[in-house]
Amino acid sequence: MVWFRKKKVKVPEGLWIKCESCGEILYKKEVDRNMGVCLRCNHHFRIGPRERLAFVVDEGSFEELDHHLEPTDPLGFKDVKRYKDRLKALKKKGASKEAFISGRGRIRDVEVMIGLFDFSFMGGSMGSVVGEKIARLFERAIEEKRGVIIFSASGGARMQEGIFSLMQMAKTAAAIGEFKRHPYPYISVLTDPTTGGVTASFAMLGDIIIAEPKALIGFAGPRVIEQTIKQQLPEGFQRAEYLLEHGMIDMIVNRKDMKDVLYRLLSIFRR
Amino acid sequence: MNYLDFERPIVEVEEKLKELKTYYPHREREIRRLEKRLSKLKTEIFSNLSAWQIAQVARHPHRPYTLDYISRILDDFIELHGDRTFRDDPSIVGGLGKLDGESVMVIGHQKGRSTKEKVFRNFGMPHPEGYRKALRLMKLAERFAMPVITLIDTPGAYPGIGAEERGQAEAIARNLEAMSLLRIPMVSVVIGEGGSGGALAIGMGDRVLMLEYAIYSVISPEGCAAILWKDGTKAELAAEALKMTAKDLLHFGIIDGIVKEPPGGAHRDHDEAARLLKEALKESLDALRGVSGEELIQKRYQKYRSMGRFIDTHGSDTLRDS
Ligand SMILES: [Zn+2]
Repeated sequence: MVWFRKKKVKVPEGLWIKCESCGEILYKKEVDRNMGVCLRCNHHFRIGPRERLAFVVDEGSFEELDHHLEPTDPLGFKDVKRYKDRLKALKKKGASKEAFISGRGRIRDVEVMIGLFDFSFMGGSMGSVVGEKIARLFERAIEEKRGVIIFSASGGARMQEGIFSLMQMAKTAAAIGEFKRHPYPYISVLTDPTTGGVTASFAMLGDIIIAEPKALIGFAGPRVIEQTIKQQLPEGFQRAEYLLEHGMIDMIVNRKDMKDVLYRLLSIFRR
Repeated sequence: MNYLDFERPIVEVEEKLKELKTYYPHREREIRRLEKRLSKLKTEIFSNLSAWQIAQVARHPHRPYTLDYISRILDDFIELHGDRTFRDDPSIVGGLGKLDGESVMVIGHQKGRSTKEKVFRNFGMPHPEGYRKALRLMKLAERFAMPVITLIDTPGAYPGIGAEERGQAEAIARNLEAMSLLRIPMVSVVIGEGGSGGALAIGMGDRVLMLEYAIYSVISPEGCAAILWKDGTKAELAAEALKMTAKDLLHFGIIDGIVKEPPGGAHRDHDEAARLLKEALKESLDALRGVSGEELIQKRYQKYRSMGRFIDTHGSDTLRDS
């Protein structure tokens, strides 16, 4: 479920930006050069999938697949706005076509399949297109004998697609079940934030699970939990460090080291 | 006696009839007339329920729960407990039994009826341990080539500190992956509330059925209203918009069939509701009998792989239907 309040998704425009973690005023160009990470406190700003690709795969190696898949409105869903109109408005804005991009890429001498969420598109929510792209990614990886890397950033299932969005959990998990009958690795990277039906399906099914520092990761959103238990949540709850401590992930990796760690893992798996 | 607003006319006639039968059993003609009226009333009211009203029936305090069905459907049942890791979660029950002589594993969410039992069952909202127990039982069934029956009835997986701490998301995710690879037939039935991932986590059957007045949704109408309408009181609108009834899901091809309920809903007649469910279960199990493990896996993969609707602007098949 997408429960997040509107929050700045990208490093905001303008010459200077304020770090949401330490409050430092930073020169934006310098932050960009630092991969969207605060120079003072190591806060990892949310970044878009295209930006991230540049930090992960070799320049010019990414070949996008399934970009021709577009969302439709199976329920004829309308809340205060029609889902159709929301989609149209997003299209007009020239933003991404969906909340997930995927394709082939290369990290030095290793060919991989890679998928990345776009949190700026409806909170990175998983509807039919996202689920289909993920299933195809794993199926192609089997055909082409490659490992898979997915960078998640999502509020969960896309409510506007109702039961179809719920079933994407089953669909992606089944695709991974099939994939794991083959000897290729699946590395799941959890970035801020990863929650709901995305966490409760493919994101937690990695052979290796990595998180970015301080990323919020959980099943239920913190506000839902607070409302349910009528208690304040402890400091650091549902953050990457908390998950590492509780045995839910393999490691926390800084953005600047991500490509290197991914490469080393893939090389070892390749044998 | 608890009843819903729209049930009032039914309940009034029911009470009158009960009184008549108790104190004036000889007034047969009157009794028969009233019985006819009652039956007509039930049909009338229950064939025109809104999605929101159906949600109320699905959550009716007198609705039969998993153990109510188990005691009526199975010849023998031995409950098994615990996930072997942390504790036994009473929100999910499961165990071995015989269904007309056939050995089966039955697993289901369990709600409580009294206040004390409701708390004990955590209102049917499992922790990770519940899902891990369910998985343990599925694997046990697989080893003995027994079919698995799962009964779904939960508002959702519990959103709490302990649940997160112990990996609620991981437990659900792991079950989904494991169910996709089970080498035994599995029949899943939504008997009441199918609350999102917490329901699906035991619900990836080869055949998925819903009771006539059950609901199944990605989010509760209240939750959806709170987020999209920013107003929890708009749940009625959300229930309609989410298309969460058995009829909707059959129409979408997400479920394989609808199990009829007794006139006026399962809560009016637990025995009859159980009889109808048993019939449907047997039919589904029969249809899956003799299918090899590998074939089950392949078919199940295709079933869930094809769920989703989108536009493929390349292909000739522009709209992939579920
Ligand atoms: Zn900072």
